[in-house]
Amino acid sequence: MNFFDTARLALGNIMTSKMRTFLTMLGIIIGVSAVILIVGLGNGMQIYMERSFETLGTNTIQVMILGRGSSRSISVDQIYRIADENSDCIENVSPTVSMAGTVKIGTETLNSTSVSGVSEDYMEMKTYQLSAGRDLRYMDIKDRKAVCIIGSYIDKEYFNGSSVGKTLKVGSRKLTIIGVAEQQEDEMRSGGTDDFIYLPYTTAARYSNTGNIRSYMFTAMDKDSSDRAVKAIENGLFKVFEDDRSYTVISMAQLLDTFTTMLNVMITILAIIAGISLVVGGIGIMNIMLVSVTERTREIGIRKALGAKESVIMSQFVTEAAVTSVLGGSVGILFGIALCRIATVIVTALLDVDMQVVPSAGSIAMAVGVSAGIGILFGWLPARKAANLNPIDALRYE
Amino acid sequence: MAPLIEFRDVCKYYVMGDNTVKANDHISMTIDRGEFVAIVGQSGSGKSTCMNIIGCLDVPTSGSYLLDGTDVGSLSKPRLAEIRNKMLGFVFQQYNLLPKYNLIENVEVPLMYAGVPRGERRRRAMEALTELGLAEHVKHRPNELSGGQQQRVSIARAMVGKPPILLADEPTGALDSRTGREVLRLLKELNAAGKTVILITHDNSIAVQAKRIIRLEDGQVTYDGPADHPDAMKTREQKEAVS
Repeated sequence: MNFFDTARLALGNIMTSKMRTFLTMLGIIIGVSAVILIVGLGNGMQIYMERSFETLGTNTIQVMILGRGSSRSISVDQIYRIADENSDCIENVSPTVSMAGTVKIGTETLNSTSVSGVSEDYMEMKTYQLSAGRDLRYMDIKDRKAVCIIGSYIDKEYFNGSSVGKTLKVGSRKLTIIGVAEQQEDEMRSGGTDDFIYLPYTTAARYSNTGNIRSYMFTAMDKDSSDRAVKAIENGLFKVFEDDRSYTVISMAQLLDTFTTMLNVMITILAIIAGISLVVGGIGIMNIMLVSVTERTREIGIRKALGAKESVIMSQFVTEAAVTSVLGGSVGILFGIALCRIATVIVTALLDVDMQVVPSAGSIAMAVGVSAGIGILFGWLPARKAANLNPIDALRYE
Repeated sequence: MAPLIEFRDVCKYYVMGDNTVKANDHISMTIDRGEFVAIVGQSGSGKSTCMNIIGCLDVPTSGSYLLDGTDVGSLSKPRLAEIRNKMLGFVFQQYNLLPKYNLIENVEVPLMYAGVPRGERRRRAMEALTELGLAEHVKHRPNELSGGQQQRVSIARAMVGKPPILLADEPTGALDSRTGREVLRLLKELNAAGKTVILITHDNSIAVQAKRIIRLEDGQVTYDGPADHPDAMKTREQKEAVS
């Protein structure tokens, strides 16, 4: 008796009681699809998060100067010196001065535009390219020129793509547009990545009456040297302030790592909870197999009298349980994939974010493995019961 | 050449609470190839236990059972299953066909356990059913057939693996007398064709159809001889009354 005979027997028996088999499978179907959906959601969140961080730059480090309770402050030059002394890990630095005040173009008002004072290196640090005009220059910074670079959203929406040389107003100050950044996002929108104005930080500091600049952006050589760069910056700042509460240094790489770890922990816990329903499903299979063995006691007796070995009876019942469970697992996978699609639509519609809930190949493989394993595991006991039946008693059973 | 079946002082005891039931009490007998033997006895005489031992469904408590020269008591369960498959064909009173299978699938079962490939299985099952005049019913389920037909299917199933021994347990018990006679005729034919047929029954009128009768009473053999001997039909009590 070969494997195909056993499988055919198992399928034949399953097919004779379709409704019962379906109800038995339901536990596995729900368990598997829940695991797939949850892992899919986790994947989607992680991809979304990584993409969001990527637009911020995974090698960037944000520094905030708090300067609490001390008369000490740090000058822009001192910051630049820290960067120069650690040029093995720090690539670049720029002060960032965010400016409040509404942006006006002609008679129109823009409320969501981000306005920042930055250095001449900022565009390079952001890896933004220019689509028109020129970049900020050292002379613009030095002379506190009233010039700016704008995002392509403003250029396209308000200047029909020919903004260079024209002016706009931030608060009451008039700025001349000298350059336009290339489009970053696929779809531009108000308040999005392409809705920004960059002006020399010196100009921004003067307009907003900022004496000491308290916010800086560093870039590390790459994502991996980010940790060393953070250390170097912290050391440099500690020398000046002698108090580590006077500043904060946050690297995007660290932040991303922290978020990823948190997310993974959360997803794992949720997946384990979903996995419990797989165990419940497995117990359902065991239950129905025990009933089936009792119902088929006489059949087992006949088979034994006709020469079926215990191992053959055993494998017949184990195969039946495994087939039931794998069928359930397969339906669960399809159902889980469908749920992921639905979840994508719902998340996109409700939260207005572009998040794809993607089932991972790993979770699908695991679901198949686990459901087959559960079938075999929970089929084992009833199958043993069947195999150990005394043929004489089994033949007499009514 | 060793006898096909040999019981040497076979005992089978069942412990029921405080009582020990001696189902087979020191039975010794031999059955040779090609015999047609009826094992006769009333209910409780131990004939079913005896059949279970002959059929390798059970092993003796003491004594030994030699099947074709091999001591069955010393064999492992898988070996016993193999012997049931290769050496023995069972015919039961209640036919014991698998209700969900059609006739050809039912007859195929022993061949499947013998490891015969599927195509070959089909062919041989079909052959066996045709021989017993059931060719037009092969796709039917057992419950669509009369009792006599079902018993013929079970004979086909017993014979399809070509075992040397046919073990029939009250094969006519559930049939009317006409179909019963028909089944007995089939058994005789099989015996004429060389099979060793062992018939277990409580019914003397059935037992006389065999060539030899072994009578069991209270787990012991009280008669073992030709079916046409005057003592063959007498119980121990009757014999004692005569003498």
